[in-house]
Amino acid sequence: MVDLLEKHRPIAERHARMLAAGANAVGLTIDKILSPTRALINGRETILAGTNNYMGITLDPDCIAAGQKAMAEFGTGTTGSRIANGSYAMHRELENTLAKFLGRKHCIVFTTGYQANLGMMAGLAGPKDTIYLDADSHASIYDGCTLSGAKLVRFRHNDASDLDKRLARGEDEGGRLVVLEGIYSMLGDRAPLSDFIEVKRKHGFQLLVDDAHSFGVLGPNGRGLGDEAGLDAEVDFVVGTFSKSVGAIGGFGAGDHPLFETIRYATRAYMFTASPSPASVATSLAAIRKLAAEPERRERLARNSKRLLDGFRGLGLETGCDQVSPVVAVKCADEPSTIAMWNALLEAGVYVNIALPPGTPGRMCLLRCSVSAAHSSDDIDRIIELFGKVVAQGAPRLAAAS
Amino acid sequence: MSSDSQSTYAVLCELLQPFNTAGVSLQPTTDISTDLNIDSVSVMDFVMEVEDRFDIDIPLNVLSETRTLNDLVSVVEARAGKGK
Ligand SMILES: Cc1ncc(COP(=O)(O)O)c(C=O)c1O
Repeated sequence: MVDLLEKHRPIAERHARMLAAGANAVGLTIDKILSPTRALINGRETILAGTNNYMGITLDPDCIAAGQKAMAEFGTGTTGSRIANGSYAMHRELENTLAKFLGRKHCIVFTTGYQANLGMMAGLAGPKDTIYLDADSHASIYDGCTLSGAKLVRFRHNDASDLDKRLARGEDEGGRLVVLEGIYSMLGDRAPLSDFIEVKRKHGFQLLVDDAHSFGVLGPNGRGLGDEAGLDAEVDFVVGTFSKSVGAIGGFGAGDHPLFETIRYATRAYMFTASPSPASVATSLAAIRKLAAEPERRERLARNSKRLLDGFRGLGLETGCDQVSPVVAVKCADEPSTIAMWNALLEAGVYVNIALPPGTPGRMCLLRCSVSAAHSSDDIDRIIELFGKVVAQGAPRLAAAS
Repeated sequence: MSSDSQSTYAVLCELLQPFNTAGVSLQPTTDISTDLNIDSVSVMDFVMEVEDRFDIDIPLNVLSETRTLNDLVSVVEARAGKGK
């Protein structure tokens, strides 16, 4: 008999090496959340710089009150899918509010952002179609593409001319879907939308942008990459998540196509899973209304992001991209030193994300920060100071950092 | 192997070397992923180099059924031969 789990032994060994070097960088336990930017970890008050809590909205009193009220009135869960067990009025209200925020005719809410990508890719493309996806796409995009059964062609990251070449080469019989991300989660760079739109005008395809990290963040209205680039009308479909700027859990797909609503009845990631719980729906709704009413959150986030990027640059660190972005990643030499520096940062009181191959482009090892509108300038300066002590000097300086 | 296949195989080996960090000696029957112990993203990155060199697309669906260097030689020749 072949033991099914035996193939994972190398993962177990790699994980053991990580634990031997310090804390569990891929499964850290946070004992208590003190604020959107502070937590108690190993008994120490720690600055959170790896949460994706871009708007710092997770502990907003109005959002919490809305969630509590919904839970008290509608219960802890919906106990089923919207197809089989029905929608609550608040599901529709969330979709309508979101559609209005996005300036779109239609919006479908999914239970997570991961499922939104599964549902949208498989709902849009089928076995006769071709999906062209950016090489650095998130796992949920890859999985959704695989689930669709479409022909999958991967193009070089952010390279519109590589896409152009592949579209020219392709003899696709069915439809063509091109998938981009607003902000790429590892390096923080954006898709160069206008370059891709030029290719779209030349070849003709339908375009989907995953705004997971850019919804609520980019553009004068916070709608995402298309809003920032002034090219929303050229983007056929957008996907997003409530797990980052919205501070809840859930995801969505949106568009203007007259047949858009039929995706609900054609995609399994919507049909065969329970709908988001009342508390999640109500907190998302309250948070989206706040994002619409309080553009100053976006401005604060942009200011903090610039401050962190400038600070890291001043230290001579190599960052993931040179645009101002709420994702600020620092490139490191190798896995052991990255793990050591991550531990030293944690010991010194700042939590960031560790990102290692194969989850990173080009086999990079990264210390990834996500900035929040709720960070103070002092928080940002402290993060820069600790990176100066721990990372800029090329080796962990445990003692010096404290 | 025909002489065309021989030369395709040689080009694939050359393109694969930068990804073959463990320095495994390459054979036509080498399994690109498991024998070389390289992750799925590196396999896709290697294939992108192959696509560029031969000016072809190798869809990911085709790749998932391609295991050995020999398999890849067949895929490249079929695609290059069709002019696509
Ligand atoms: C680009 C991208 N798409 C989709 C998702 C999935 O979102 P969720 O966490 O809501 O499942 C994420 C984040 O996890 C992401 O980074």
